[in-house]
Amino acid sequence: MLRIQERLHHFKGHARGATLGLLASAALISGAGFATSAMAEGKTITAVMHSGLRVLDPIITTAHITRNHGYMIYDVLVAVDENFAPQPQMADWTVSDDNLVYTFTLRDGLKFHDGAPVTAADAVASLQRWSKKDSGGQLIADVTESLEAKDDKTIVWTLKAPFPALLDTVGKQSAVPPFIMPERVASGSADEAITDYTGSGPFVFVQDEYQPGVSVTYKKFADYVPREGASSWMAGGKNVMVDTVKWVTMPDAQTAINAIMSGEIDYIEQVQIDLLPILAASEDVTVETRDDLGYQTIGRMNFKHPPFDNVKIRQAAQMALSQEDVLGTLIGNPDYYKVCGAIFGCGTPLGDESGSDTLTSGGDVEGAKKLLQEAGYDNTPIVLMQPTDVVSLTAQPVVAAQALRNAGFNVDMQAMDWQTLVTRRASQATPSEGGWNIFFTNWMVPEINSPLISPMLNGRGDNAWFGWPQDDTIEALRAEFIAADTPEKQKEVAVKIQQHTLESVLYVPLGQYTSPQARSNKLTNMIPSPVPVFWNIEKAD
Amino acid sequence: MLGYIIRRILAVIPVMVIVAVFVFLLLRLTPGDPAAIIAGDMATPAQLERIRTSLGLSDPLHVQFVTWVGLLLKGELGTSLISNTPVTQMIGQRIWPTFNIAVMTIILSVVIAVPMGVIAAWRHRTWVDYAVMAFSVLGFSIPVFVIGYLFIQVFSIELRWLPVQGYAAPTDGFGKFLARAILPCLTLATIYVALIARMTRASMLEVLGEDYIRTARAKGVKETVVLFRHALRNAAVPIMTIIGTGFALLIGGVVVTESVFNIPGVGRLTVDAILARDYPVIQGMILLTSGLYVFINLVIDLSYTFFDPRIRY
Repeated sequence: MLRIQERLHHFKGHARGATLGLLASAALISGAGFATSAMAEGKTITAVMHSGLRVLDPIITTAHITRNHGYMIYDVLVAVDENFAPQPQMADWTVSDDNLVYTFTLRDGLKFHDGAPVTAADAVASLQRWSKKDSGGQLIADVTESLEAKDDKTIVWTLKAPFPALLDTVGKQSAVPPFIMPERVASGSADEAITDYTGSGPFVFVQDEYQPGVSVTYKKFADYVPREGASSWMAGGKNVMVDTVKWVTMPDAQTAINAIMSGEIDYIEQVQIDLLPILAASEDVTVETRDDLGYQTIGRMNFKHPPFDNVKIRQAAQMALSQEDVLGTLIGNPDYYKVCGAIFGCGTPLGDESGSDTLTSGGDVEGAKKLLQEAGYDNTPIVLMQPTDVVSLTAQPVVAAQALRNAGFNVDMQAMDWQTLVTRRASQATPSEGGWNIFFTNWMVPEINSPLISPMLNGRGDNAWFGWPQDDTIEALRAEFIAADTPEKQKEVAVKIQQHTLESVLYVPLGQYTSPQARSNKLTNMIPSPVPVFWNIEKAD
Repeated sequence: MLGYIIRRILAVIPVMVIVAVFVFLLLRLTPGDPAAIIAGDMATPAQLERIRTSLGLSDPLHVQFVTWVGLLLKGELGTSLISNTPVTQMIGQRIWPTFNIAVMTIILSVVIAVPMGVIAAWRHRTWVDYAVMAFSVLGFSIPVFVIGYLFIQVFSIELRWLPVQGYAAPTDGFGKFLARAILPCLTLATIYVALIARMTRASMLEVLGEDYIRTARAKGVKETVVLFRHALRNAAVPIMTIIGTGFALLIGGVVVTESVFNIPGVGRLTVDAILARDYPVIQGMILLTSGLYVFINLVIDLSYTFFDPRIRY
């Protein structure tokens, strides 16, 4: 028996030694592995993006990750800079005196990743496909007389009526920018996803290494000719300083934090605010906000069914809500949010906070109670949809539900996953039969900073965005905005739209917040931009 | 035996048919709309409807079912509604990380747990036994993500021996693979070691009380031979069952561990597909998992004949 015990003891000693040895050899071998890989791939930036890339067609979807992918591999004719001014990117332009003919001329040296030159015919096909999907593009299409390639380098866009915001719309960075694709790709249906990912942008998509939702690899496009001048948002020179950019998805936020601290990744696009103290301890990582505009969080009511078919009841609900309460719960750290009553966002040319006093000053529960009584609210339950699987949307429903209850609403908060919510919000059935009364979502400010693109400002009833307001006044104001031919006139109309939106409660702006990003100190020269861009960045050894 | 194997393999067909019909209908009755994921938040109802039509989701259910079964009969699982990638390709990309981690975890677990269980039974009611049982209770009780984070903190962040996350295929270099696989395997093995050690101990305790063990000892057979040849072999049937089921569970997907260590396995593929209502991917994964369970159960049943010659089919 003793011998067996001795043997077991001996075996345990070996096992312990073997385990430690295995771990140590793994460390040595893995170290060698990292070095080999880095040498073989050249300079690589590994970035953890906010979401996995699954849809590769940037025209068919408004998903931000797909738009970001679009900017990696495609280029655009015109791009707005950080002053919201359209700048030439692939093309320069002239406008006729009557503002009806826009002539774009492609710059020299533009090539697709397959080596073919970018021609005007490619641009025309791309603009036509885009204008079938994008709301701003559709508005331009409504006044388009013709859009044609005059020769290989010249695109002539002729309008039936002036559209002063044409360049702003073509140059916008969200939600669907008009990326230029080869004519053979862009001539397909706008409702079917493309399968050929040839672009002319600064990076080439590496299809063999693509794993949907897991990782995507981009190589520097050696033949890309950057525009001269400094980068500013999506405009200016796109000089690629690394060989490879790899986007990886990390479903666990803590894992991403660990990985950047250990030097395995270089960049995290969105850091959860409650994890910031961990990063603060690292000397190798910088936390910063690269997009000062950030996001606007909103509430949208259903105009089709009681009680929110009554404007007074919508006003009472709006009056009960406090942006500070929502943002404090959602974000917590005041460095990353701001109370803002402007429907076009604070910090934008059209931003104005008229009519948002109760929202921005803590709400007015007593006023809401009074208004609710005047409106004759009959205690109809409010079906409030609460998504439980999207971190950035979990706080708003809970805070809003309590605020509405405080004002006297009978709130039926229903928890569901986001997929169920997006299906249910498309239902026009009564709330008791699978419909709804109110839900919440977030927009990037560049997606709502103009009445031409903000989906909530469409007042065309059943053809409007979910909630389906039939509002002729907002439609008239949007037409007035389209006709406004100077920034001053546009701002004047924008203020009227702001006031009308909050009076009829087309939607409830619940404030603005930004997302901190984290980058390894090895990365320098990242430009500030709402869309994270990987040109100009240099990486130290 | 051969007849039994053929009968078991043929029995897979009705099982798979029932699973296919059930899964197809269940998914279609679940609220959700892949078109909404594709189109994004700004899409109008009309745009969503056009995308649904282009994906074939507006077709009547029976038409969709017949199309899918037609593909299955050709050996295809269809194309992802979201990423437009063949489902077989997606599963092919993601199954290997899961499979490799599962195999390594099971090997590690068996190598550690079986001797642990045997020793605990042999030293019944001593501190060794209590220690093994305490470890088992801990292994069951501590959530897997806590163990994962602890390992990362110690081996990756403090000692900097191993990478924090990621996966490398063995074809990229065994060292690279091992460096990334060892922590997730150790994490998962904690539960399986607890499970298998407990089962081995219980099974061994039962066998060690048998007459033939006393006879073997009386005949002066070495204690290691008594334990590992006579007792363990007779105790092996329930242990094999637990190992086989554990392996099937590991292959079916260990989402939390895959998330903590950022391993692109089938667990995350399935969860992502469910959240996006990517019907062909969910259907493909469930069919695959069901097939795998049937196959592993067959292997377990056949393995019984090796350990216990009295079992005949």
